[in-house]
Amino acid sequence: MGLIRDNRRGGTVHPVIRTILQRLGLGLVTLFVVSLILFSSVEFLPGDFGEAVLGQAALPETVAAFRKELGLDLPLHERYFEWLGGILTGDMGNSFSGRGSSGGSDRSRPVIELLAPRLANTLFLASMAAIISVPLALFLGITAALYRNSIYDRTVNALTLTTISFPEFFVAYLLILGLSSFTKIFPSLANISPDALFWDRVYLTALPALTLTLVIVAHMMRMTRAAIINLMASPYIEMADLKGASKSEIILRHALPNAWAPIVTVIAFNLAYLVVGVVVVEVVFVYPGVGQLMVDAVTTRDVPVVQGCAMIFAATYILLNLFADIISIITNPRLLHPR
Amino acid sequence: MDIKDLEKAAKEGKLDRRDFIKRAAALGLAAPFATSLLSQSVHAATPKRGGKFIMGTGHGSTTDSLDPATHENGFMQNVVYTYANHLFEVDNEGGVIPELAESYEASTDAKTWVIKLRKGVEFHNGKEMTAEDVISSMNHHRGEDSKSAAKSLLVAVVEMKKTGTHEVTFKLNDGNADFPYILSDYHFAIMPDFKGAADWQAGFGTGGYIIDRFEPGVRATFKRNPNYFKSDRAHFDEIETIALVDTTSRQNAIMNREVHAINRVDPKTVHLLGRNPSLSILEVTGTLHYTFPMRVTMAPFDNYDLRMAVKLSVDREALVQKILLGHGALGNDHPISATQANHNSDMPQRAFDPDKAKYHLKKAGMEGATLDLSTSEAAFSGAVDAALLIKDSASKAGLNINVVREPKDGYWANVWNKKAWCACYWGGRPTVDWMFTSAYLADGNWTDTDWRTGPAADKFNKLALAARSELDSEKRRAMYYEAQEIVSDDGGALIPMFANNIHAVSKEIGHPEKLAGNWEFDGNKNAERWWFV
Repeated sequence: MGLIRDNRRGGTVHPVIRTILQRLGLGLVTLFVVSLILFSSVEFLPGDFGEAVLGQAALPETVAAFRKELGLDLPLHERYFEWLGGILTGDMGNSFSGRGSSGGSDRSRPVIELLAPRLANTLFLASMAAIISVPLALFLGITAALYRNSIYDRTVNALTLTTISFPEFFVAYLLILGLSSFTKIFPSLANISPDALFWDRVYLTALPALTLTLVIVAHMMRMTRAAIINLMASPYIEMADLKGASKSEIILRHALPNAWAPIVTVIAFNLAYLVVGVVVVEVVFVYPGVGQLMVDAVTTRDVPVVQGCAMIFAATYILLNLFADIISIITNPRLLHPR
Repeated sequence: MDIKDLEKAAKEGKLDRRDFIKRAAALGLAAPFATSLLSQSVHAATPKRGGKFIMGTGHGSTTDSLDPATHENGFMQNVVYTYANHLFEVDNEGGVIPELAESYEASTDAKTWVIKLRKGVEFHNGKEMTAEDVISSMNHHRGEDSKSAAKSLLVAVVEMKKTGTHEVTFKLNDGNADFPYILSDYHFAIMPDFKGAADWQAGFGTGGYIIDRFEPGVRATFKRNPNYFKSDRAHFDEIETIALVDTTSRQNAIMNREVHAINRVDPKTVHLLGRNPSLSILEVTGTLHYTFPMRVTMAPFDNYDLRMAVKLSVDREALVQKILLGHGALGNDHPISATQANHNSDMPQRAFDPDKAKYHLKKAGMEGATLDLSTSEAAFSGAVDAALLIKDSASKAGLNINVVREPKDGYWANVWNKKAWCACYWGGRPTVDWMFTSAYLADGNWTDTDWRTGPAADKFNKLALAARSELDSEKRRAMYYEAQEIVSDDGGALIPMFANNIHAVSKEIGHPEKLAGNWEFDGNKNAERWWFV
């Protein structure tokens, strides 16, 4: 048995790398298609940046001057290739806004400068939530599988399903009410500043991270539980059982390694959500993340910023899915040999 | 001991609230009156120095910039009034007083304005403020290629000259008695001159607070300017202004005592906030009004009787009660707020009168006609409901209204000024002339009713222009009264209501008894006008 497996693994070093490269290539193609869709769909948005930023009271000639200065009068394909070329060299262009009313582009800020601190904040919040929620979900999932159908299992299921069923803002307000209004343990505003110390940041982001944890834990926990329970019916688990292995040993040493693929896929999906889908939580806690930046940019038609955010979101999704794929492949030999 | 002594004792902290009320009751004062007396006395107490004042404002965007020419929202208005000064300032009574100007003189035709500047005023970088700085700061908004939102306000300025190191002379092509008001506009912050141009990038002003950090759409923090030229202002040591655009977050923040003051309290929940014993609710009738402009150049609104029928078939009381939840005042189809100088208080309030509306409708020959009213939440929060209420009351006058719900996106570009009748709002302007110039004069850029010609409009334009350069305030008032009557009668705007600015402020904060009504937050000058009690 061990011999066969070793042989197989020895012969498939290349396929692993090949598969990874394939996925990476596919990811790049996806990203390119996304960029095309993104660029053209932004064009179809109604309204106009000049009018949006200059307000209700802007004069038509002021708007026209603004549009010309921003290069909005150039044809679509020219602007697309210029933009794509910029992104490949790490330059996302300059934001439309913040241009001095009387000045040129030298006063507007590069998109990257707007985006970088916000992205750092978003990633910080996402990591905080992930550090709490992933181990928690795995622990709850594994123990729920271990004590399947017990009161513990039912309680965990009921609780996590309850928190996932509430809209995020509701969970957020409940936490604010309990931990901020009544007990004053955590602040309800998480508007961190760039020079905040690490532990201050952790303290300020506690409530948003907790909210996100409550929202995503159910999905990961139930997938862990289901994947393990699914495997528990397999003959090799029965073999381990007959061999006299303890229940926790069976789950941790025999079932879990084979269950990683679906679990990791769900974890990756939720991590991606933590980065791209937390606008509501950001708004409730006034957290200066990418989501708020993107919403602001959309309302003011700050197209370069919208495109920059969307590209980062797309890249996050693709990268995390790639990561999940790779882990699934590495942890599950069967995926290496698709028939 | 009489009531004066009681007040004094309360101010000096010798009496607590309970004792005060008890003794006031002994003196024969009813409890509610006694408490109002107490809060007034406490707020009138001498301001104390120190502390960090944190305010949460319902504005702010990542696109904000320190360039005063781009300022458009309440966040930047507050920031600019905190770190910078203007030539003139609007005081708590709605009057205009010199700020960086020391004194001024106007020629009898109100065309030439000689403004003497205060001496010894320093910018935050130590540079002394002189005439050059004023000229560069004004030129920042003038000129062909200026994209300043306030460009149109200075169109009348034909010449601006330095007539001394601390004296600037403005020449206008048309007399304007309200010129000092215009110079108090938040855009016209005085910034240091750098090689002939206004240097806004560094964020140096002459204001009571120095910018410490400015994060667009998130926060601005300030430290007190030790060299501030106003000795009786700027009582806090530090200021933090936080953008809290989401209403619930804003109200949570003040309930949890994370900020000391917020603006834009939701009228729906203001009574709940008012129950919090540590907060006071401050309401000021502002200049913000909600309008429904009818374009008089488009059929059927070119008909005077139809317009009158529309104006008479609106139940204004219901709109104020249901849309503003009572936190507002009735409008009389002209854009001047009751708290403004020269508001025509003699004019009877137009009321809901279905019979009279029917009469005008018949006269217009439009009985049973159906009108389209375009609306969207983009116009103002509650605009869709307001349109439905109008539809409802108008049906009683035999007028059918078809409420068209337009997309929020692009509303100002595609609906406003394009559709014959739509919902709109105006933040209001400090003076009658300014408001008329913005949206009612024939040559106005944003005259959204298109009410430019015709005998009534001609008469209105003549009156408004004559009043502009009239320095005799009695004559001026008479002219503005008549002008308001004409707008209300013949104009295309249906103006049913004025909204209140509602703030929630911690009781730790002291403030002048009367808050300025020109902007939220005490004319957006709360940073230098308020203090910790």
